Amino acid sequence: MTRIDDNPSGARSAVTVRGLVKHYGETKALDGVDLEVREGTVMGVLGPNGAGKTTLVRILSTLIQPDAGQATVAGYDVVRQPRQLRRVIGLTGQYASVDEKLPGWENLYMIGRLLDLPRKEARARADELLERFSLTEAARRPAATYSGGMRRRLDLAASMIGRPAVLYLDEPTTGLDPRTRNEVWDEVKRMVGDGVTVLLTTQYMEEAEQLAGELTVVDRGKVIANGAIEELKAKVGGRTLRIRPLDPLQLRPLATHLDELGLTGLAATSVDAERGAVLIPILSDEQLTAVVGAVTARGITLSSITTELPSLDEVFLSLTGHRASAPQDAVPADDRQEVTV
Amino acid sequence: MSAATATITDLKGDGRIPLRGHLRHTGALIRRNLLWIRQDPESMFDAVLFPVVFTLLFVYVFGGSIGQSLGGGQEAYVQYVVPGLMAMMGMNMAQGVGTGFNQDFNTGVMDRFRSLPIGRGSVLFAKIAVELARMLFATVVLMIVGVLVGFDITNWAGLLASVGLSAVFGTALMWIFLTLGVVMKNAQSVQAMGFLVLMPLQFGSSIFAPTASMPGWLQNFTDYNPLSSLADAARGLMVGGPAAHDVWVTLGWSVALTAVMAPVAIHKFRTKA
Repeated sequence: MTRIDDNPSGARSAVTVRGLVKHYGETKALDGVDLEVREGTVMGVLGPNGAGKTTLVRILSTLIQPDAGQATVAGYDVVRQPRQLRRVIGLTGQYASVDEKLPGWENLYMIGRLLDLPRKEARARADELLERFSLTEAARRPAATYSGGMRRRLDLAASMIGRPAVLYLDEPTTGLDPRTRNEVWDEVKRMVGDGVTVLLTTQYMEEAEQLAGELTVVDRGKVIANGAIEELKAKVGGRTLRIRPLDPLQLRPLATHLDELGLTGLAATSVDAERGAVLIPILSDEQLTAVVGAVTARGITLSSITTELPSLDEVFLSLTGHRASAPQDAVPADDRQEVTV
Repeated sequence: MSAATATITDLKGDGRIPLRGHLRHTGALIRRNLLWIRQDPESMFDAVLFPVVFTLLFVYVFGGSIGQSLGGGQEAYVQYVVPGLMAMMGMNMAQGVGTGFNQDFNTGVMDRFRSLPIGRGSVLFAKIAVELARMLFATVVLMIVGVLVGFDITNWAGLLASVGLSAVFGTALMWIFLTLGVVMKNAQSVQAMGFLVLMPLQFGSSIFAPTASMPGWLQNFTDYNPLSSLADAARGLMVGGPAAHDVWVTLGWSVALTAVMAPVAIHKFRTKA
């Protein structure tokens, strides 16, 4: 694969953003954003609605111009070299940007031709990508007849036609049901496996955790934190205890009892009935000791007690002081990574 | 992934797109617009129905009475109104381009085009090409219906010239609809707005009826209405009579409209967030 990042060091920056500003009247969509995405990595840009994520992607796709600041993608400046830049990027928007009146195949063929592929190659590429995104059967149907997930997959396929060095995924699973969302995630993981550099915007904590290695948290046009996901979690410092009583009947009484301790964690005590565990957020080792002491005093036998790193939702809360306005449904607590004490 | 290099061979230089590239892109987009028609043949209905309905309506409803003022009857009016309808063809084309463009903006597909390394004009040229084809199709229908109700084609060269003139004027008018298309929220508003603007212009002109019997103030308007010039030019070219002056006036209007509105439309298009 001949790509722009065909260089042995592999540590070059694919996207560099410095002090990017974009105002719409009084609204500061971007208010001095810095960002760096290294080649071959996935950078998650996490933030609630209106944080400036889409504005960032639109500037990096040359769709709009920044008011101030600099941005380069694969070495091309977004303002001075838009034509060259457009050759090396792929864009999947928040709303599937395919031509609904055209069949899937025709959508891909058209984009192939617009990217200067010879006819034969454009045909082959359309076939190949439809196959890869499991759309071969629907190839001849207008995209308007596709389900939400199929449309999103077609959109992903369309952004892959030009074998982009940098791929922007702007909230790729917003509005999809959980099963379809998992399908899209699998596709994205495969693309990443092929070595594409990805800039992913999302308001789902779990999506960032699933796909991104590094994370930039944005809020109201400003970067409020960035770093490797694990680092960010550690920075926040909070943990959650997962306590399983041996006797499931003890679950509710245990939860009530722990609630009465009045620990000021990041979130309220909750019960994971399915897994027979009580979840209680803690901030320090003293609190851990207090919880264990309380359980012992009560004489409840435990089958296990583990600590978990906080979810990204909690990370956001502690970084911004307010909850992400994103829908919370995408964060099943049981998928959290567990760390045994 | 053997074909990987194909799309980035052009990384050197300033990234300008060669003429062949523009033609290739426009071709791909014309194909897209033609596929729309194949997918949705009903979109051709207006192109077919407009000349049929308007010709029959005007000839049989107004033809007798207006024909009298022309010193004849219905036959005289046929000779009068068919060239007038020819003038309308270009306007319909302009409106078609404006509405179609607006639809693209409202689905994310324009974002996709604008993030691709193609000349932004390609999207427009493709649309114009397809709407011109649709206009030619409608013109053929108009001439068939016209001949059926008694229109004499006396001057084939003049006929072709008036098609060309109508298309030129339509292309100039198109910039207004493009601006509307970018500024306004949806295709329906563009259509409604176009209707509101075009309707008085069309009826306040010599397209459907001679202006001699109109009140003085209205005549002042119709005399300067470019649609009158276009209709009179088409009349002169298709059925004979003086045409040169009106042809020049129409061309002048076309140049002026383009000079003023094309930069506005392009600016709106570029800065659309």
